[in-house]
Amino acid sequence: MASTVIPATPAPTTNYLNNGHSLKSWLLTTDHKRIAMLYLLSVTAFFFLGGFFAMLIRLELLTPEGDLMQADTYNKVFTMHGMIMVFFFLIPVVPAVLGNFLVPLMVGAKDLAFPRINLLSWYLYVIAGALFLHCMLNGGVDTGWTFYTPYSTVGSNTNVIEAGLAVFIAGFSSIFTGLNFIVTVHRMRAPGMTWDRLPLFIWANYATALIMILGTPVVAITIVLVAVERVFHLGIFDPALGGDPLLFQHLFWFYSHPAVYIMILPSMGVISELIACFARKRIFGYKQIALSSIAIAVIGFLVWAHHMFVAGISLYAAMIFSFLTFFVGVPSAVKVFNWTATLYKGSITYATPMLYAFGFIGLFTIGGLTGLFLATLGIDVHVTDTYFVVAHFHYVMVGGVLMGFLGGMHFWWPKISGRMYPEGWARLSALFVFVGFNLTFFPQFILGYVGMPRRYWQYPPEFQVLNVLSTAGSSVLAVGYLLPMIYFLWSLRYGPIATDNPWNAAGLEWKTTSPPPTFNFDETPVVTWEAYNYDEIPDVPLEVPVAR
Amino acid sequence: MANQVDMLYIYLLTVAGVMTTLIFVAVTVLAIKYRRRPGQEAHQIEGSTILELAWSIIPFFVMLTFFVWGAVLFFQERTPPANATEVYVVAKQWMWKIEHMEGQREINELHVPTGENIKLIMTSQDVIHSFYVPAFRLKQDVLPGRYTTLWFNATVPGRYHLFCAEYCGTMHSGMGGDIVVMEPAEYAKWMASGASAPLQDTGKELFAALGCSTCHRAGDVQGRGPNLVGLYNKQVQLEDGRNVTADDDYLRESILNPTAKIVNGFKPIMPTFQGIVSEEQLNALVAYIKSLSQPPPGTAGLQYQPVTSPGQTQNTQVQ
Repeated sequence: MASTVIPATPAPTTNYLNNGHSLKSWLLTTDHKRIAMLYLLSVTAFFFLGGFFAMLIRLELLTPEGDLMQADTYNKVFTMHGMIMVFFFLIPVVPAVLGNFLVPLMVGAKDLAFPRINLLSWYLYVIAGALFLHCMLNGGVDTGWTFYTPYSTVGSNTNVIEAGLAVFIAGFSSIFTGLNFIVTVHRMRAPGMTWDRLPLFIWANYATALIMILGTPVVAITIVLVAVERVFHLGIFDPALGGDPLLFQHLFWFYSHPAVYIMILPSMGVISELIACFARKRIFGYKQIALSSIAIAVIGFLVWAHHMFVAGISLYAAMIFSFLTFFVGVPSAVKVFNWTATLYKGSITYATPMLYAFGFIGLFTIGGLTGLFLATLGIDVHVTDTYFVVAHFHYVMVGGVLMGFLGGMHFWWPKISGRMYPEGWARLSALFVFVGFNLTFFPQFILGYVGMPRRYWQYPPEFQVLNVLSTAGSSVLAVGYLLPMIYFLWSLRYGPIATDNPWNAAGLEWKTTSPPPTFNFDETPVVTWEAYNYDEIPDVPLEVPVAR
Repeated sequence: MANQVDMLYIYLLTVAGVMTTLIFVAVTVLAIKYRRRPGQEAHQIEGSTILELAWSIIPFFVMLTFFVWGAVLFFQERTPPANATEVYVVAKQWMWKIEHMEGQREINELHVPTGENIKLIMTSQDVIHSFYVPAFRLKQDVLPGRYTTLWFNATVPGRYHLFCAEYCGTMHSGMGGDIVVMEPAEYAKWMASGASAPLQDTGKELFAALGCSTCHRAGDVQGRGPNLVGLYNKQVQLEDGRNVTADDDYLRESILNPTAKIVNGFKPIMPTFQGIVSEEQLNALVAYIKSLSQPPPGTAGLQYQPVTSPGQTQNTQVQ
C-alpha cells in the first residue's frame, strides 16, 4: 500500500483506516479521524497509568496506618494521579477523540478547518505527555495537581517546573483543538446545516472550545509565574518575597473551574445524541439544551472563587461567589430535565450506549446536587478539602465524563471501526462501571462529612470502614474499565461488520460509510431536514446488536 | 454552631434527596413505560416553553434558600464576638503551635474552656495550612504573611480532632492534634499549672530588646516613630492620604515591611524586621501593642487573670 497520506480519488472500499498502512501514513496524517485515533491510543494509555496510581491510593488507604508506601511517595502518587487524569485524560478525552472524529462529520465537512494544526495539537500532547513521564520517572512531583503556592514555589523540592512545563504544553494542544472547532463550526458547515440544525454534540463542543481558548492561556501564564518565582525568586506568590499566595489561587481557579466544564460539556453533548437516538425522539427543548451549554461556558468563568471560601478571601467576596455559583446550577439542571422529558412517549431501547446515558443522568444528578452543597457557604466551610469534595468532583468529572465517553465510544464504535462490539459484554461492563463507581465514591461523601481531610496518607482508625468499602468498589470499577478495552480490541478482528447506520440514527455522520472515507463524504451533503428527525427514520433495527 | 451546620445539611440532604428521587423515578418509569414494543411509535414533541421556565425558575428559588441560609450561617461563623478570648496559632510544617495570652504555650493541643467565645488569630511560618475541627464544622486556611481568624464556642467537654486540611507537604496527614474542651474550673487549674509570662509581657520585653522603644516612645513623648499607645483598631492617616485601620494585619505588616504604609508626618526610616523576629515573637509584639490600647488586663479581652510567677518573666527566648 502506498504511503501517500491522501489519495486523489478514494475508491468505494477505501476508508480512512485502510488508506495507507505505514507508520508514516499515521504519524504524518492530517485526517481528523486518524488524529482522533492517535488521541484515542494516547489518552487510553494515560487513563490506565492514572488508574494505576488510583489503585495505589486505594490500596494505601485500606488501613489507617501509612504502611504500603512512604508519605512522600503517597503524596507523589496522588499528585500524579490527579495531573494525569485531569490534564492528560479528562480534558482531552471527549473533544480530542470523539470531537475530533465527529465534528467535521456532523457538520458535513471534509476535515477540520486547520488539519495541520490539528496534527500539531496531537504532537504537543505527546511531547507534554513524554515530558510528564520523564518528570515522573525522575522522581515525580508532589504539589497536588493544584500547584498551590507557596508550597509549589518554595516548599517542594520535587520536579515542579518540569511537571508545570508539561501542563503548559498540553494546554496549547487544547487551545489548538478549541480553535479548530470554532473555525470549523463557523466556516465549514454543509449547505443547509444552519445553526439551529446543528447536533447538540456540536453545540457542546463549540461551548467547550470557547472555554479552551479563553481559559487555557490563564493557567499557562500562572504556571510560568510559578516557574519564575521558583527559579528567580521573584516575589509573586510567596509573602516572604512580597508576593501574595492567594493571587495564585485566583489565577489557577479562573482556568481550572471552567476546565471542569471543558471536561463535562462534551460528554453532555454525547448524552443528548444517545438519548435522542435510543428514545427515537427529537430532543425535548433543543434550543434550551444548546443555549444551556453556552450559558455554562459563560457563567463558568464567574464562579472560580467558590474554591476559596476558607482560603482567606473576604466575607463579602465569598458571598458574591456563592450566589453566582447557584446560577451555574440552572443550565445544568435544565439539561437533566430536558433529557428526562425526551424519554416521554419515546420508543426506548436499552442498548449499551443508552445504559451509559442513564448512568450519566444518575451520576451527574448526584454530582451536581452535591455541588450545590459546596456552593452553600455554611456547609462548604465544613466539607471543603475533605473527602466530600473528592466524592463530588469524581461524580461530576469521572462519573459524568467517563459515562459520556464510554457511551459515545459504544455508540460510534461501528462508525469508527466498521465493526460491532459484543453487546452482552458491553452491558455487563456498563453494570460494573455503574455499581463499582457508586461503591467507590458514595462512601467518600460520608467520609467527608464525618471529617476526613483529603490528601491524607494516614488517618484516624474510625474512618477505616468507609475506606475499605471505597477500595472494594474501586476494584469492581477497574474491571468495568478494563472490559471495554479488551472487547473493543477483540471486535476489531472478530466483531460483525457494521452497516453504515446500525442504529438508524439521525445525523450526517451516519450517512457516510462505516468507516468513513478519508474525505468523509463522496459528495458534499446538502441538509434539508431538522436535527433529530427521528419521525422520518425507522426505529433501531431489532437485529442490532449483532454480536452477542 | 455544629448543630446549625447539621440543620442546614439535613435541609440540603432532604431537598437533594427529593430531587434525586424525582429524577430517578421519572427516568425509570418513563424508560419502562415507553420501552420499545411492536407497533409502538415515538411521538415527536418539540418542547415546552412553560416547562422550561418552570424548571429553570423553581430550582433557582430553591437554590436561593440554600444561598441565604448558608450565607447567614457563614456570616456568623466569620464574625467573632467582641468579647472573645484571643489565642494565637502559628502553623508550620508539620505542627500547630498555640500561644495563649496568659503565656501558656502548647503544641498540637489547644485547651479551651466550655461556654467561652474563643478567637484564634492564626498565621503560618511557611506554606498554607488549614485549621480544621470537624466536630465544630469549622475550617480556616492559615496563610503565611497575614493573619486569618476563626472563632468558636465549645459546649461539650472532650477531645476533638484537629486536622490540617490544606495539603502542606510530606507529613500533611500527620499535622493533627486535639482540641481539649474542659469545664471552666478545670481549665483554670490547667492554665495555672504551667503558665509562663503573659504574651504581652513577652512582647514588652522584646519591644525594649529590639530597640523599638527608642523611636516608638511611650507616654506623652513623641519619638521618631508614631506613638503606639491607644493605636490598636484606630484609623491611621497615611502620607498618601489614605486612611487604614490599625488592625492585627496592619501592625504585622508595619513590623515586617515598614515602608509599605508610612504614617502621615513620619519618615520611612524604620528598618524591616523580616527574618529577625519569628512568628511567635511577632505575635508577642502585636499582643503588646494591642495591650497598649486596653485598660489593665482582666477587664477587656483577657478573661483569665494571667498567673505570673516572678521567676518566669524573663522568657524572651521564644523559638
